[in-house]
Amino acid sequence: MSFFSQPVGVSHFLVVGAVLFVSGVVCMAVKRNALGVLMGIELVLNGANVNFVAFSSPFLRSDNAYALGLDGQLISLFVIVLAAAEAAVALAITLNFYNNHSTVDVDRADELKG
Amino acid sequence: MAPDASLPLLLGLAWLLPLASFALIVLVGPKMGKAGVLAAYVATGAILTSFVLSVIAFGIWHFGHLGYDRKTAETHVVAAAEDAHGSGEHAAGESEHAGADSHAAHGVPTAPPRVFTKDWYTLAQFGALKLSISYYIDSLTVLMFTMVSLIATLIHFYSFGYMHEELHEVVDHEVTLADGHHLHRRGRFYRFFQYLSLFCFSMLGLVIAGNVLMVFVFWELVGICSYFLIGFYIERKSAQNAANKAFIVNRVGDFGMIIGMMALWASLGTFAFGDIDGQQGIFSSVRPSANESQVTVPDGMVKFAATEHVAAGVEATPAQISTWRSEGYGYWLLVIAGVGIFCGCVGKSAQFPLHVWLPDAMEGPTPVSALVHSATMVAAGVYLAGRFYPVFAPEALLVIAYVGAITLLLAATIAITAVDIKRVLAYSTVSQLGYMMLALGVGGWAAGLFHLVTHAFFKSLLFMCSGSVIHAVHTNDMRRMGGLRHKMPWTAYTMLVGVLAIYGAAIPFVVGLSGYYSKDSIIAQALSFWNSNPTHGAFFAAAAIGGAGITAFYMFRLWFMTFAGEPRDHHAYEHAHESPKVMYVPLVILAFFAVTVGFPRLPFSVPKLLEQARYPGEFTAGKLLPDLVYPEEHLSHLPQFHNQAEVVVTFVALGGLVLAIAFYGLRILNPAEVKSQFSAVYRLLWNKWYFDELYDAIFVRPVLLISKLVGNFDRRFIDGFVDGLARWTRAVANFDDVIDRYLVDGSVNVVAAWTYSIADGLRGLQTGKLRQYVMLIVIGTVALTLLIRWSVAAG
Repeated sequence: MSFFSQPVGVSHFLVVGAVLFVSGVVCMAVKRNALGVLMGIELVLNGANVNFVAFSSPFLRSDNAYALGLDGQLISLFVIVLAAAEAAVALAITLNFYNNHSTVDVDRADELKG
Repeated sequence: MAPDASLPLLLGLAWLLPLASFALIVLVGPKMGKAGVLAAYVATGAILTSFVLSVIAFGIWHFGHLGYDRKTAETHVVAAAEDAHGSGEHAAGESEHAGADSHAAHGVPTAPPRVFTKDWYTLAQFGALKLSISYYIDSLTVLMFTMVSLIATLIHFYSFGYMHEELHEVVDHEVTLADGHHLHRRGRFYRFFQYLSLFCFSMLGLVIAGNVLMVFVFWELVGICSYFLIGFYIERKSAQNAANKAFIVNRVGDFGMIIGMMALWASLGTFAFGDIDGQQGIFSSVRPSANESQVTVPDGMVKFAATEHVAAGVEATPAQISTWRSEGYGYWLLVIAGVGIFCGCVGKSAQFPLHVWLPDAMEGPTPVSALVHSATMVAAGVYLAGRFYPVFAPEALLVIAYVGAITLLLAATIAITAVDIKRVLAYSTVSQLGYMMLALGVGGWAAGLFHLVTHAFFKSLLFMCSGSVIHAVHTNDMRRMGGLRHKMPWTAYTMLVGVLAIYGAAIPFVVGLSGYYSKDSIIAQALSFWNSNPTHGAFFAAAAIGGAGITAFYMFRLWFMTFAGEPRDHHAYEHAHESPKVMYVPLVILAFFAVTVGFPRLPFSVPKLLEQARYPGEFTAGKLLPDLVYPEEHLSHLPQFHNQAEVVVTFVALGGLVLAIAFYGLRILNPAEVKSQFSAVYRLLWNKWYFDELYDAIFVRPVLLISKLVGNFDRRFIDGFVDGLARWTRAVANFDDVIDRYLVDGSVNVVAAWTYSIADGLRGLQTGKLRQYVMLIVIGTVALTLLIRWSVAAG
């Protein structure tokens, strides 16, 4: 039975997550625009979020009878909040960088090189 | 208030006030007004208040009749006089000297004197042995307090004028610095008064002390004050040497004093003079009333001397003790205690053979010479000998008499040739102190202390006058003075009063100056002693009478050379001027006292006060010298001695005066001719009997020689040993240094170098390119994943 004829399961979610993740990483690696890099980061995080959600019910369920099996969703909520905070800080850094260098090219941000 | 509470309170306050002034000046002295000028007011105020308190105490003593109710035995003397003289002359003589005296205190005392003594504060107690701060107040204490505080007050005022140079920057012309300039220094006005206050406190403490230990403490305190004040011009080499000399010579005497104290402490177990709270003091142990206050070896000393018998098992019952006592046990100890304490007096009062320090002590400012080195501190030795009088065995007294007589003659002869005005007075002081010691030594307790009081007044007067002269002409050398009476009449004529007082001027049998009465009573006592002791007495009587003649000669020599005749140094004469009022008014006051203080017919005359404190008990013959007999002092008032003394001393002193006038007044005789005629004698006197040279040869040089030898030993052996140790240590340290440098440092440096080179290599990875980092992360992650995958598959 081919992958595409199977009913939608965990592996499909993982594929979507992997695609998102790889897109994000490629975006981070090729974009010289800092905003593009930030977008790539968002993609990477959301790729991970998809994985969390996918694994939530069957794999992250606790043996505890009272647990709801929503652990994956909760962690992805945290990740989203974290991503928002991270984006705020990163945008602030980007703005400052722009104020100082009149550009948002990440290749120009190499003053701390060894 | 009852006198047993009021007297200690008044005198204690009078004693402590100068201490408060001293403490205040020590703390804030330099800030007291411009150049510390207020310090003088504080110090003077303190001592003036002390004087007022002392006078109140004196009044309480006199008007309370505290000492007058003592039992005396006039009949005893009359009987003795009948024995000795066998005529009715006695009554006339008695009325001459005591007839106007309605008080009973004149006569042979039979009971111990009226004394207030108690502990103020106990410092330490070891069983029955006790060290305390206590007072012992009798009429002598009250008299000394009044005398000391009066003279000290006047000298404080005088110092206002004399020390005024210290208010500004001082240029000391006697100190030349290495660069050839004279020393410039800040004025030390306040410090002078600070030391004066400390001295007054110490001196009054010495007088009020109720036990030997306290006396010793204050004894050393006056010594250190003397040291500070002699060395006041500390930058002068001569002042440094004089201060050290005074201090070191006094230590020699104090050594003897400590031996005496040890003898008393070990055998009697007490330092207290009087009986305090039922505990027997030294006086009543040595002079027990059970034995009619005769000198008796105390039980403690007998037991101490008979230790081997006690150890052998003989029980020390009272009967056994009296047997031992009659065998002479402990008598030596009593003599040693007495002579030991007297050694301290020899040092402090500059007696032969420790007299050498006092003339050098004249390096101090003149007010100090007047207060410390003539009137009070040096007299403290005589005071202590007088205070300790009950404890002296006849043999100890004989030592005192010999020392006093030798000092008297020695110092008087040196004074004849001295040309430094202050040194003449210093030798005169030594000589007069010898007089006092001689008086005490021949049994004249009241006579000696009477002379102490009169001498304090006229000698401080003389010193202050000499200070006034030095202040005016800026030299001590009498050969550069002369004719000064025209320039400074107040000083000249007050000094003449002082000279007449020490000369003993009088109309015999009628009236005289203070020195006349006191010297007279000493010579009368010496004659009385001669009468009982033909062997020793002749020398003492001759010394006392001869000393009077020499005193007259050198004192008038001083006055004539300074004030009479033609000025010898016109430069000094032109610049001479009378001293300011604050200086000559004290002179006038002192001159008044120098005239009147000896007057015996006042209701509170000094001899009457002293009689109240005289310890009862005739001396029996000595145990070691059985033919040594001390006559009761009251016998010296018999006309056979007294009239003789007055006549002899008047003529001898007149002889001295005539000689002085012949040499220096009218210049009939030429001193230079006499000098060349008796050049050997002159050189001997000029060089002060070669005492300084003698001590230099037998003490100073050997000590220097031994120090040099010991120093060489130190340098060669001890230093060599220490140096060897040091060299060895250094070699070990060098070796350690090599190990440290190459082994320890090397290993640490190698590690550091490695770390550096690795880090330097890794630096290239930090390109700062964000996208490259991302790529590397991705590649790394993929590589790790693949690695794990393969290793899991292989596993």
